[in-house]
Amino acid sequence: MSAPHEGHGDPRVAFESAKLGLWTFLATEVLLFGALFTAYAVFRAKYPALFHSEHLKLNRVLGTLNTVVLITSSLTVVLGVDAIRRGKARLLERYYAVTIVLGAVFLCVKYIEWTGEFHHGRYPDSNIFFSLYFMMTGLHGIHVILGMGVLAYVVVLSRRGRFSGEYHTPAEVAGLYWHFVDLVWIYLLPLLYLIG
Amino acid sequence: MAQAAEEPGSGRGYLAESGWRSWAYTMDHKRIGVMYLYTTIAFFFIGGIFALLLRLELLSPQAKYFSDHTYNIFFTLHGSMMIFLFIIPAIPSGLGNFFIPMHIGARDVAFPRINLASYWVFVAGFLVVIASLVSPMDTGWTFYTPYSAKTGAAVATLSFGIFLLGMSSILTGLNFIVTIHKLRAPGMTWHRLPLFIWGMYSTSIIQVVATPVVGVTFLLLAMERLLGVAFFDPAKGGDPVLFQHFFWFYSHPVVYVMILPAMGIISEVIPVFSRKPIFGYKAIAYSSLAIAFLGFLVWGHHMFTSGMSPLANAIFSFLTFFVAVPTAVKVFNWIATLYKGSITFESPMLYALTFIFLFAVGGLTGPFLGALATDVQLHDTYFVVAHFHYTMMGGTVMGFFAGLHYWFPKMTGKMVNEKIARISWALVFVGFNVAFFTMFIAGVKGMPRRYAEYLPKFQVENVISTVGAAILAVGIGMMFWNFLQGLRKGPPAPGNPWRALSLEWQTPSPPDTENFHEIPVVTDWPYAYGTPKGPAA
Repeated sequence: MSAPHEGHGDPRVAFESAKLGLWTFLATEVLLFGALFTAYAVFRAKYPALFHSEHLKLNRVLGTLNTVVLITSSLTVVLGVDAIRRGKARLLERYYAVTIVLGAVFLCVKYIEWTGEFHHGRYPDSNIFFSLYFMMTGLHGIHVILGMGVLAYVVVLSRRGRFSGEYHTPAEVAGLYWHFVDLVWIYLLPLLYLIG
Repeated sequence: MAQAAEEPGSGRGYLAESGWRSWAYTMDHKRIGVMYLYTTIAFFFIGGIFALLLRLELLSPQAKYFSDHTYNIFFTLHGSMMIFLFIIPAIPSGLGNFFIPMHIGARDVAFPRINLASYWVFVAGFLVVIASLVSPMDTGWTFYTPYSAKTGAAVATLSFGIFLLGMSSILTGLNFIVTIHKLRAPGMTWHRLPLFIWGMYSTSIIQVVATPVVGVTFLLLAMERLLGVAFFDPAKGGDPVLFQHFFWFYSHPVVYVMILPAMGIISEVIPVFSRKPIFGYKAIAYSSLAIAFLGFLVWGHHMFTSGMSPLANAIFSFLTFFVAVPTAVKVFNWIATLYKGSITFESPMLYALTFIFLFAVGGLTGPFLGALATDVQLHDTYFVVAHFHYTMMGGTVMGFFAGLHYWFPKMTGKMVNEKIARISWALVFVGFNVAFFTMFIAGVKGMPRRYAEYLPKFQVENVISTVGAAILAVGIGMMFWNFLQGLRKGPPAPGNPWRALSLEWQTPSPPDTENFHEIPVVTDWPYAYGTPKGPAA
């Protein structure tokens, strides 16, 4: 979220506004994925056998690897926020850069997984399970890309010396957003890979 | 209320700067609000022209002027433009943008840059919607699958356009929620907020929570067309009724996005023109939140004939009746405010009273449709068309007109010709009722909606309705001609022509870019009319 208008004066109000704004935004994101989770629930109740047989075809090793990658990236975000709270802008940049790299690793693994599925002739129109799989992981992947963009923007701002121990709102809200993106994956993994 | 000297309407205030850059790059919530108003009103006129074409076709029982397919396109465009490009954004993004910060004593919204972004996302959205006209939609505004997944129309393009419009709506709602929470002036407690703010707050919650669902629904529909995903396709195990559930999970709450801000305007106008404190402030305030909450639980009542289980039907029907309670609470409180007031009939008040009358008709015909047995009879007849035009046009649009007349002096610094405003009001009132009341009758007699042709026995109602539509069109045309005249050569408006107490009127007309020279300190609610604290009746 962009920084509030300078006209409002009080930086504390600006910080609280940004935080409330991001939490509200996360509420919309929950509903965005919520529709897909609802569809998942409906169709899994309708076709339990199909979901069981199809989910076995997914690559659990790569799914688990990606989970480890994303959880680690959440840790580096927390370390980055902690660093800037102590006024260490260089450290923030380094941790956020690592996070971006981990996001890229996640996407590469996802790419390998998807091409594997395509190779085996499993496409979004194959059946309802793979429709859900590709839509859910695809939408999540778009969020990972957006999150990487937001983190990169924070790094640029930090390089320009915008942040200090007192003011680092964009770093905090960007970190919050990244945690949300991770959290979605934490739900996707068991629902798609581990239902057997 | 805040102490601020009444200043004469000198100067051009926030309108002082000119040139397209001063508009395109502005972060002033007032200018963004004005841009939204111009844009949405333009689509109101385009949507209105489609409505008149439909009425023209319905003069005769046989299709005379257009083919059936063209007729389908026209009612789809009428519906989608009026809903997505006019009625949803007009009051929140237009009047709301302009008046929320002024009502709460702030200099701007919480995120001015996001506010500007939301306008340009809106513009991108309507450009994509217009681009979809290369192969115009013929599905009705509801996009029901499986037809929408198979028709040759540019469904994916239009879906993407509406996705962008939804994004704009989410950004606006988010901005308003944070603004109302964090930027209230000192002393502006929740129970001193103008009721327009309560309406806008409830609206914003719905926008933020419901819109993403329709966004993902249209995304899935587009993906079904582009990639063949199976969500709504029964041939692959998908479920077309799931589309209806998703669609109405947004599109029912969104009727409250349309009506709650209008109810907020009515709650502002009624006390000002009856010179009385609003009756039942807290009841009106919390009934807005109650409507927003209950609105999320009743979407199924659009689907009584779609093959839901009888139990689900009964539950949705039962819950639907609950919405009537907070709605009635508002109406009774407005009437109690009028009771023994010193009522004057300036144009904003005329529209506010029209709102109460028409919305009561629209509201009371709602339970006919909420009740299972009658709905099965009336579903997809003109009764439904009449019902939602009484609530949407008779409710929201009349509230919007009330707001436009009420706030025109503040926004432009000019007064409109009150006499012409009243004549156009009379035409709108008569035309509206002639046009739409007849549809109730045609609907009860069994005339189905969405057909270019009909049985000859319905012709009398249809001819009367078309005559009413023509009167309505003349009235609306006259009203906006009057606005243009006022804008061009109306007399300068004083800061507070209606002697109102809310904060926006304590500034010059038009207000300065910063709204307030000094942030006001609020000591009372804004409805102390006729009491020692407020001006006498």
